[in-house]
Amino acid sequence: MMSATAPRPIGSTNALLLILKLRTFIALIAVFAFFAFAAPNFLSAANFVIMSKHVALNAFLAIGMTFVIISGGIDLSVGSIVGLCGMVAGWLILYGVDLGMGWSIQFNTLEICLIVILVGIAVGAVNGLLITRLNVAPFIATLGVLYVARGSAMLSSDGRTFPNLNGNAEYGSDTFRMIGAGSFVGIPISIWMLIFVGVLAAYIANRTPLGRHIYAVGGNERGAALSGVKVGRTKMFVYMFSGFCAALVGLIVSSQLVASHPATGDTFELNAIAAAVLGGTSMNGGRGRILGTIVGAFVIGVLSDGLVMMGVSSFWQTVIKGLVIIAAVVIDQAQQKLQARVALQAQAALA
Amino acid sequence: MIGLQIRGGTKVYPGTVALKSVDFDLHMGAVNVLVGENGAGKSTMMKVIAGVERLTEGTILLDGQPVSFHGTDDAAKHGVGIVFQELNLFPNMTVAENIFIARERLRGGIDIDSAAQRRETRALMQRLEQDIDPDTPVGELRVGQQQIVEIAKSLAQNARILILDEPTSALSAAEVEILFRVIADLKRAGVGIVYISHRLEELIRIGDHITVLRDGAITGARSMKGVDVAWIVRNMIGEASKDFAKEIEHPFGGEIFRAEDVCLPRIGGGLAVDHVSLSLREGEILGIYGLMGAGRSEFLECVIGKHPHSTGRFHIAGAPMAERSVAARIARGIALIPEDRKNDGLIQMLSIRENMSLSSLGDFTRLFDMNLGAERSRVRDFVKRLAIKIASPEHAVSSLSGGNQQKVVIGKALMTKPRVLLMDEPSRGIDIGAKAEVFRTMRKLAADGLGIIFVTSDLEEVLSLSDRIIVMSNGRITGEFDRHDATDTGLIAASAIGHTQREPAE
Repeated sequence: MMSATAPRPIGSTNALLLILKLRTFIALIAVFAFFAFAAPNFLSAANFVIMSKHVALNAFLAIGMTFVIISGGIDLSVGSIVGLCGMVAGWLILYGVDLGMGWSIQFNTLEICLIVILVGIAVGAVNGLLITRLNVAPFIATLGVLYVARGSAMLSSDGRTFPNLNGNAEYGSDTFRMIGAGSFVGIPISIWMLIFVGVLAAYIANRTPLGRHIYAVGGNERGAALSGVKVGRTKMFVYMFSGFCAALVGLIVSSQLVASHPATGDTFELNAIAAAVLGGTSMNGGRGRILGTIVGAFVIGVLSDGLVMMGVSSFWQTVIKGLVIIAAVVIDQAQQKLQARVALQAQAALA
Repeated sequence: MIGLQIRGGTKVYPGTVALKSVDFDLHMGAVNVLVGENGAGKSTMMKVIAGVERLTEGTILLDGQPVSFHGTDDAAKHGVGIVFQELNLFPNMTVAENIFIARERLRGGIDIDSAAQRRETRALMQRLEQDIDPDTPVGELRVGQQQIVEIAKSLAQNARILILDEPTSALSAAEVEILFRVIADLKRAGVGIVYISHRLEELIRIGDHITVLRDGAITGARSMKGVDVAWIVRNMIGEASKDFAKEIEHPFGGEIFRAEDVCLPRIGGGLAVDHVSLSLREGEILGIYGLMGAGRSEFLECVIGKHPHSTGRFHIAGAPMAERSVAARIARGIALIPEDRKNDGLIQMLSIRENMSLSSLGDFTRLFDMNLGAERSRVRDFVKRLAIKIASPEHAVSSLSGGNQQKVVIGKALMTKPRVLLMDEPSRGIDIGAKAEVFRTMRKLAADGLGIIFVTSDLEEVLSLSDRIIVMSNGRITGEFDRHDATDTGLIAASAIGHTQREPAE
């Protein structure tokens, strides 16, 4: 539109801007192309299924984390919620709920899933209440909940694993294994779940007032409040949604392993933050995309699985992962500067 | 003796020209008074002298030598000190720590010599006749005392040129006297003082030379001898008065809004809004005039529901408004255009479209699904109606000039279909053309039956735009004028009522 007034600089900056905007995609394609050559069997269908299952776990958490970060907060407790929810699932399958009257209530798979999800949402609600009602800083509130949830998971089994979660056909819980092992038209159930949650989250972000409010609260909380945005409710939602995502991961992991261990999910929160940041989410709040986060999760997942297949030592893998994250943020800064300049130029050309 | 000169100084910001080729002389050993309306360019000129901003064109001469300051510390090295209107203090640190921030007195180059800092601070406070302990955290001081600390900070740097930007706006009468004594003292010591203020009587009393700015240009500069309020006002406003939109004659409707006994406690005791009651009719523009800190903004914030601790009753078109939340009050037909556009009015990160629709998302939403097409066309509609100059509604709102940003905020408020529009300093920080458009919009809205309450510190603005004027001082209503019998002297007298009666020292 402004190309008539200043053709060269704006045209080339626009191209550069587009490249920068699509950088996570470009990175994903580059990583894929590299491993397709460097790692044997990388392109096999079996490898894809395994890899996408790995990625899905991180992607769920990263989606929830993206909302939290866009709203200007952080959720360190998701890894612990994964562990706690796994233990709740294991307990319900093995023991049901004992009411202390000599008999216990047993649940079928659907009921177990619902209860576990409710537990995840409830822990998220605790985060939200601490942050909105008691004005605890998000970092501290979720750090505290991280410890409480992890400790509770340990207490539930005295630190032992709940083994053999095969369920019981009598109670209708024998289908629990299908969450992690089943597939539908050749695609694992967990991937279907990821598609569903991803689409849901992207829809919320882009096409609902709630989504807009999340961006507004993260961009300028005071301004949002004066515009009539219910800041407290918006924050409650993001932490509860993050808890919901973590509960799903807890279910999937315990179903895949047919066991639940209370230490499951340790440091998962850091991978989720990394995926969100890689996907272009700003830690200052107000900016980020769900699709970007999912692509970011794939970059991290493909990178680590590919390096394993190439036989690179896990120590080097850790170093490489760190470098990729730092590079992503540096490029992000450059993009922001360029974007602001392009907008200013267009505005100046108008005046 | 002239210590510092600006020759052909021009400063351009994106969207506005803040200074238009100004020539300014700063006399040493004298008080150089600088006066002009909000946005006339006073603060910009002082920021240039103090090294905060750099001239787009033109030169600064210090003792006849061209200089170029790379920052406030660079300017400070050349003996230029500035006390900003907005205080730049660290509330978590003590008075002594604040005064010596970034210039700490050191022992052996490493260890902070707290004893020396405390000693010097005590000496400075004695000179300023203040009983402030060097170890008090600045956050515990009153605003007036904080201002004294700011001044002490400049004195500690042995400034040869000292710029005071509205230093008395938060001071009590007794503190003002002390400040004037200190200024006289500094003058004798040969310090060149630049003094910016809106209080004209004060300027005439203390000034030796006066410079008047209007819309970025100097319209009058002379020695203070023979200068009176009329001369200042004439140069401030100019013969060709600002383009206030022509009055659209229209009858007022019934009462649309009433506030009764609104009170808001102030941090540190007292009331920021003190039993304010007023009423507004459909199609009426009610101007609230007063000095900074008179409680005008706070009153508007009480109406929109920002302060949960406020008390009082509101009625809209006769029906009581019991809702407490901002969202519910917006739904009842109240809309606020805040004073601080950057921090309260806009979400800088979001696009123009997202900013404009933020308060009225419900209108595009069925159940929970937003119709983005409807949103876009509605935003386009308002962009056209308000004549907002934008390249694309998808650009970040931060890329716009002040005037266009203000129109975005107005658009956001109007999209909620308000019945009562609260405007807090709607013309602050925007250029003259944009101001005229904002005023025209206000007139038109009023003619369409909207009730408007607007707050301003600009005399001319309040006199020519309002149908009725209320003056506030110290949280209270101290005067109410009809458009026909309001005069500038009457308004100024009413706006000073609480200040002269205030206790000299607390």
